[in-house]
Amino acid sequence: MSLEELQQLQVIMYTVMAGILVVLLYSYIIYLYRSEKKGEKDFEKYSSLVLDDELDSKLLDENLKASNDKKE
Amino acid sequence: MQSNASLEYDYTVAKWFTWTAVIFGIVGMTIGVLIASQLAFPDLNYLLGEYGTFSRLRPLHTNVVIYGFTLSGVWASFYYSAPRVLKVSMGESKVVNGIGKLHFFLYLIAAASMVLSLGMGITANKEYAQMEWPLDILIVVIWVLWGVAMFGLIGLRREKTLYISLWYYIACFLGVAMLYLFNNMEVPTMLFSGGVGAWYHSVSMYAGTNDALIQWWWGHNAVAFVFTVPIIAIIYYFLPKESGQAIYSYKLSLAAFWGLMFVYLWAGAHHLIWSTVPDWMQTMGSVFSVVLILPSWGSAINMLLTMKGEWNQLTENPLIKFMVLASTFYMLSTLEGPIQAVKSVNAIAHFTDWIPGHVHDGVLGWVAFMIFAALMHMAPRVFKREIYSKSLLESQFWIQTIGVVLYFTSMWIAGITQGMMWRAVDEYGNLVYSFIDTVSVLHPYYAIRALGGLLYLIGVFMFAWNFFKTATAGRRLEQEPRYRSPMA
Repeated sequence: MSLEELQQLQVIMYTVMAGILVVLLYSYIIYLYRSEKKGEKDFEKYSSLVLDDELDSKLLDENLKASNDKKE
Repeated sequence: MQSNASLEYDYTVAKWFTWTAVIFGIVGMTIGVLIASQLAFPDLNYLLGEYGTFSRLRPLHTNVVIYGFTLSGVWASFYYSAPRVLKVSMGESKVVNGIGKLHFFLYLIAAASMVLSLGMGITANKEYAQMEWPLDILIVVIWVLWGVAMFGLIGLRREKTLYISLWYYIACFLGVAMLYLFNNMEVPTMLFSGGVGAWYHSVSMYAGTNDALIQWWWGHNAVAFVFTVPIIAIIYYFLPKESGQAIYSYKLSLAAFWGLMFVYLWAGAHHLIWSTVPDWMQTMGSVFSVVLILPSWGSAINMLLTMKGEWNQLTENPLIKFMVLASTFYMLSTLEGPIQAVKSVNAIAHFTDWIPGHVHDGVLGWVAFMIFAALMHMAPRVFKREIYSKSLLESQFWIQTIGVVLYFTSMWIAGITQGMMWRAVDEYGNLVYSFIDTVSVLHPYYAIRALGGLLYLIGVFMFAWNFFKTATAGRRLEQEPRYRSPMA
């Protein structure tokens, strides 16, 4: 492969990769808003992870794996 | 699971890192003021022989403020806030706690060795990567220890969901790990030259343009993953906590996170505009830098809107002042950076004083303000004492704000003047000005910059005194404050 062909390949790969990442990023943003609109997810509740961060604060989503490990 | 009433958060490691942040802040910024003064008054270069010259002190300044002050602040905030959002105490696991402590002690050794070696003039000669290979290896070990402590805590967590701050800390860990390894690939000269030279010297594994590309892939992403990502982690925890307000939009924080991750890694080539790297790469670096405004402003606006309906706190609480002004400075510098990355602007801005001006409105206004606010928010919790003086904190805020404004405005004017003078040609195409002409014109602005830096440094000393007095003489607190930090 000549140097020119290699440089051409670099440009194509860079552009394709950037394109794929743009699609992925926008799909994720659409997913965030659509899933909440449909009532499948509530992302905003996670803001309270900071406000209620004492060791005895009520858990938002319990990590069952860790609690099972600790019980054993 | 909720039988943790007798358990308390263990702040030992966080507390240790707060002190190194204070000490390295003083050291790094004192050197900064000295070298700023040397640029205005060159005779100051001869105070300490070879150890006091600008060329010796400049890498010491950058490395101490980045890897001493900033990283200590980041780790203090991490070891304080990560256990809280995961609802697990460091003290619950001897292994994780031990690794956290080992992380601190090895870091202390590495940081002290960094100061000594750079002070002695031992350098790998790559910007923001001056440490020689033995220290690089030690830093990899330290970084891995932080990773083990972080993922250890995550493994032990009671709360299943990782709060957005943790996403940013993880990004900082992974981003720096990858970039640091690639950029610091170096060949110890003694091993490959038949014993010539000192054992600790090395040369980069890359050459010419490739070296420049890797260097600025790292250099710019050191700004991304040391000065931006972990500081966003800090503000996403400390601003809501101090104000008692939920983040304006959690979804925006997630979208901005992935936007930032996607765009930042590609922007480093803007440091090499009009250089020998391929033209398409320069253009992509420029384009991605402009796109970077979106995720950066996404986080900053999210923070400002978090204060919606609670703007009275801005006048009542100096810590809120620091954090709100920090997000405003973040907006300013993430608009200014992309402007400088536009090819036509870069033709004037490159190599001028506008660049350090831009860097410093980001680091002094955004990074250091956030670290000061986070450390002071932590102080009443880790020392169980009221903040020693609210008025001292207020005065620090105003003195430092004036300092930052003097710094970046003088450098804006100096940089643009410099860029225009360098390019000025007469009707025959000859350069109108010699280098010394620009130096004479810029002298007053260099003096103003040094004054701005001095004001900021006075603020650092005020902070250090307030922090020390809080730890030793603040009024004792019976209960840990929930939101707003108590101050006398």
